[in-house]
Amino acid sequence: MIAELGLAALWLAAALAALQLYAGTMALRPGGEGVAALVRPAAVVQGIACAFAFLMLLWLFAITDLSVKLVAANSHSAKPMIFKLAGAWGNHEGSMLLWVAVMALSGALIALVERRLPEKTMLATLAAQAFVGLGFYAFLIASSNPFERLPQPAVEGLGLNPLLQDIGLAFHPPTLYFGYVGLSVAFSFAVGALLTRQVTPEFARVMRPWVLGAWVFLTLGITAGSYWAYYELGWGGWWFWDPVENASLMPWLAATALLHSASVLAARDALRAWTIMLGVVAFSMSMVGTFLVRSGILTSVHAFAVDPERGSFILVLLTLYIGGALALFALRAGTVSEGQRFAVTSREGALVFNNVMLSAILGIVLLGTLYPLLTEAFGVRVSVGPPYFNPVGAIFAIPMLLVMAVGPLLRWRRDSIGRIQRPLILIGAIILAALVAVLALGEMSVLPLLGLAIAVGLAVASFLPLRGRRLTRVPLAVWGMVLAHFGLAVALFGMASESAFSKERLAAVAIGETAQVGPWEVTLSEVLPAAGPNWTAIEGHLLASYADGNPIELDPQSRSFWAPLQETTESALATRWNGQLYAVVGSEAGAGRWQLRLWWKPFVTFIWYGGMLVALGGALALIGRVIDDLRRRAVLARIARRRSEEAV
Amino acid sequence: MRWWWWIPLMLFAGFLGVAAYQLTQPKDDFVPSAMVGKPLPAFELPAAADGMSGVSTADFQDGKPRLLNIWASWCLPCIAEAPQLEQLKQDGAEIVGIAIRDRPEDVAAFLARHGNPYTRIGADDLSQVQLAIGSSGVPETFVIDGKGVIRYQHIGDIRAEHVPILLEKLREAGE
Repeated sequence: MIAELGLAALWLAAALAALQLYAGTMALRPGGEGVAALVRPAAVVQGIACAFAFLMLLWLFAITDLSVKLVAANSHSAKPMIFKLAGAWGNHEGSMLLWVAVMALSGALIALVERRLPEKTMLATLAAQAFVGLGFYAFLIASSNPFERLPQPAVEGLGLNPLLQDIGLAFHPPTLYFGYVGLSVAFSFAVGALLTRQVTPEFARVMRPWVLGAWVFLTLGITAGSYWAYYELGWGGWWFWDPVENASLMPWLAATALLHSASVLAARDALRAWTIMLGVVAFSMSMVGTFLVRSGILTSVHAFAVDPERGSFILVLLTLYIGGALALFALRAGTVSEGQRFAVTSREGALVFNNVMLSAILGIVLLGTLYPLLTEAFGVRVSVGPPYFNPVGAIFAIPMLLVMAVGPLLRWRRDSIGRIQRPLILIGAIILAALVAVLALGEMSVLPLLGLAIAVGLAVASFLPLRGRRLTRVPLAVWGMVLAHFGLAVALFGMASESAFSKERLAAVAIGETAQVGPWEVTLSEVLPAAGPNWTAIEGHLLASYADGNPIELDPQSRSFWAPLQETTESALATRWNGQLYAVVGSEAGAGRWQLRLWWKPFVTFIWYGGMLVALGGALALIGRVIDDLRRRAVLARIARRRSEEAV
Repeated sequence: MRWWWWIPLMLFAGFLGVAAYQLTQPKDDFVPSAMVGKPLPAFELPAAADGMSGVSTADFQDGKPRLLNIWASWCLPCIAEAPQLEQLKQDGAEIVGIAIRDRPEDVAAFLARHGNPYTRIGADDLSQVQLAIGSSGVPETFVIDGKGVIRYQHIGDIRAEHVPILLEKLREAGE
């Protein structure tokens, strides 16, 4: 009954999306005002119906209803409740339903509260939103029905991939979906603005919170995903340029560019066509990423149900959405009148430069991700990895980071280098001093060296926009920018340090023996069997001491799951302020010895602290913008009230 | 209207073309072993079930070509290929098995239910031999010639149409 209720709600939501699309399109025509009133209510009820459908799916997973195919295939009665619930979106069908539910709720929110844009633009936006939603509904109902029943209820569920049975991972994919959904809203706004040719600063202000929200979620998702890969895969790396990672990085790069170009449009009414373009591209990147991952045309370490039929379906959706939006862009972009002009040396100039750099990096990542696909069409198999991405990306990342340090100091419209001479010299001197200091530490390759020096310079530079201001009166959005830029410097420092100073040790040690890595002495005290609800493991007990300090106990495991059969490593970490010791225990190496893999990674945690700071900065800016908006509404309401009172 | 507004659409169309082409291509996920044409690595495995003998490299060096079947009792495609293995045995092939990460009682139960085409079965509890001969999954079947050299690799379950191919490869290995 629950499954049928969910499916009915899904159909209802789909029908309402169709109504929303029809009424929204009709309302754009002359004489279509009659149906215009239907659009907003349709969006609201669609959001409620779709959210209800997802709640029904959660319920099915909570009670482990094994007569439902999706539950039987992805859950298990013995699983802890939190993982049962997470199982609802830990698969293709459920994640699609979650995605479309959040998208429908976002549409409902816009329909309820957004009144700043011309009504026609809003109707066009909601119609575009319904158009995107409708494709997903069709996809769900036709080829990925999450509520499908089995002819015979299963006796027991098939479990969840044990690698995915991890609390961090349970919440990692939804975070990314929230990001993708935010970008779909930005996409709809871009299409709505193109349809009505209303590309105004107001449009950028309306779109910006959605982009900011999406960007915060994407940043968190990428940061968490990177940490998960780091401690769960047991390979000691934190970024592998895997197609799935790239699929989340590309929308982030586009969203970062969009965020900054929307700021230019909101503040200075410039970059109109470029902002629209990025609005389309950002969502396109999340769709292309989804397609690459789900269709299985690229191989990755991430487990997704790969299915060429679904791949074809997503490809059709891609063609409709992106092809349609880009065709619309090509037809209309020329008719969007040109915005304000600005000098090269200006805040806009710096932002444009960084937009171009970000787009270039995006292009590089996209090319690297698609390259195996291209060559395979000619019968050549290649895999593209760090030797391509790192140096080629750095060519554009380094100038971008330098301009990023300076840009916020420049004034809008027109400025001169002479005016900001002193901070410029300061930043330059810090970078040079850092270069010399790092060089004194010993030889290292160019990229980590430059990374460390620029990170130090950028960290200081990110606070310079605050100089000479009363800190209590600095708007939240500016604090957000300062924090996000500082966070990027922190993350960059962590990345460069990890790459420059990491020490690795692979040893076969007997009980009681000690291995050394960097400043750490690690003693294997014993190896014991351990057991969990659905796994058994060997657990190494290690005593690790940093520079002859008090020993810390570490218990890395090598786990064997039995449903389904799989082996995973659980690394053990000792975190200090200046880095992490990373320990993995392997199999028996014979003669009572055990394989032990140890890494000492100085400042590696800065990568994720930095990522969190960036997200926090984005969240502050978002809160600041929303508060501004609410204040403005209150003022407008007061004026309207006074006017009506005067009229009386 | 300026022509460069169309560039994004053109690029996207190019991507669509490649993606659509790739989708229609059969996906080749098999990882061929680099060990084909090379001698078996040295190994010695204990018996995987009571009443069977274990497997070692020396067993393959008596001049007679054999099939080496990598399987496991927990593997569903291995059940599907059991009749084909039986067929191969009846057609005169000698089949040596290596059971991956298995338990003796499960192996015995599997053989009782699906038949036993094997002359020997070794237990490879840590997949070490499996990895050493370049097998990346179960089931896989190798043709080993009389000198212990790997001559052919079949990835995945053996279907009815593969039986004559394997017999032919076995015959070639014996020449």
